[in-house]
Amino acid sequence: METTATLRFLDAPASIAAFKHAASEDDIEATASACVDMAPREFAHPTFDIPAINNPVEFLKHQTSVDAKNRIKIQHGTTTLAFKFNHGVIVAVDSRATGGSYIASQTVKKVIEINPYLLGTMAGGAADCSYWERELGRRCRIYELNNKERISVAAASKLLANMVYAYKGMGLSMGTMVTGWDKTGPQLYYVDSDGQRLKADLFSVGSGSTYAYGVLDAGYKPDLTPAEAIDLARRSIFYATYRDAYSGGFVSIYHVKEDGWEFISRTDVNDLYYQYAAEPKPSLAA
Amino acid sequence: MSIMEYNGGAIIAMKGKGCVAIAADRRFGVQALTLGTDFQKVFPATDKIYFGLAGLATDVQTLSEKFRMKVDMYHLREEREITPKTFAHMVSSTLYEKRFGGYFCFPTIAGLDAKNEPYICNMDGIGCITTPNDFVVSGTAENQLYGMCEALWEPDLEPEDLFETISQALMNGVDRDAISGWGGIVHVITPEGVITRTLKGRMD
Repeated sequence: METTATLRFLDAPASIAAFKHAASEDDIEATASACVDMAPREFAHPTFDIPAINNPVEFLKHQTSVDAKNRIKIQHGTTTLAFKFNHGVIVAVDSRATGGSYIASQTVKKVIEINPYLLGTMAGGAADCSYWERELGRRCRIYELNNKERISVAAASKLLANMVYAYKGMGLSMGTMVTGWDKTGPQLYYVDSDGQRLKADLFSVGSGSTYAYGVLDAGYKPDLTPAEAIDLARRSIFYATYRDAYSGGFVSIYHVKEDGWEFISRTDVNDLYYQYAAEPKPSLAA
Repeated sequence: MSIMEYNGGAIIAMKGKGCVAIAADRRFGVQALTLGTDFQKVFPATDKIYFGLAGLATDVQTLSEKFRMKVDMYHLREEREITPKTFAHMVSSTLYEKRFGGYFCFPTIAGLDAKNEPYICNMDGIGCITTPNDFVVSGTAENQLYGMCEALWEPDLEPEDLFETISQALMNGVDRDAISGWGGIVHVITPEGVITRTLKGRMD
């Protein structure tokens, strides 16, 4: 029996630790057989150690609540937007990362290319967004292999919402838009770390979102041409970078079409400022 | 968030050869929201003295007017122009008067004295003066500006070179601070007169 257990160490390294703590021969057998069941599942669903106490959410408050002294500092300021129109979905984001008022980077990629048909956007914790959307991409691929067809955007966004909901209250921070094109056409969902999942034609997320909405709502209609839609998205992000101290850098734009997403452009907002400044102001009574 | 970071802003002063320069950004904002890009934070005290006020915008305006009154009263009583050093001590004692409930402003002073010798200084919110021989910085981008000035400043810069140095230090410093920037203004004070230029900067 010991031989059997020894061989199983090779299959699942995690079982070594379990073996060490096994007190009796019976325990060893129980642990070893548990490992056989657990090993594949552990690789299928990454899990995180959470404080091994009665109420982890309460325990973590010194790190997670807004006014906590020891709160983990993460990238926060952002402007992202996405909207559906007759030719698919337009996604536009800025590229600034800040830690307090310090500008940590002006060249962050806030659109996450989950796969050739799915895009996610990044607002809130950079690490949380990139980790969970990468994990979403892996699960979408497994779905594809199991079912011999691509996952719907509705299902993909729900996978993400369910994954982060499992950690609710433990300090995850993400506000993301999941978008793509499936059997039912172009799709757009908003998913955040509170577990909220919404479907709509237009979203903007982040500290600069209110400014972006201002421009977007004024110019949005479903029958925009692709060129008009791209220009509207670019102006919306630009205006947010001008007004919001925590947004800036470059505007990146993607267009989601029937045959997958296409990267459109990446423009320095400073060039846009002087370009737009030279244009005549639109009259208010249009 | 500290009240010194409520409005944001950045100010530098530098010594040159027979000249001094003072520069500031132009943003007026309330925390993350940028409300104006033509806010005045550097003011003339005399033809040869300029002062900049970094910190809470309401105190910037209150103090600038208080100092204007005090410099005018000095001029009327003494029938001569105030020197940079005397002006600095006047600013210092004005701040210390409010030792137990002060203004949220860190002043920076740059000027030429009666012999046209360069003078720069800055102080904390309750009037502690520092007078280095090279440059002074203050505001929310203080750390970034120290880095830029340490890298770019050298002794005995002529007015045009001093202008280039202080401008590069300011623009590149504030580009790493979220709540400073949106353009800049530079004054180079020489015995012949003051050269004032506004700078185009990143507007994000």
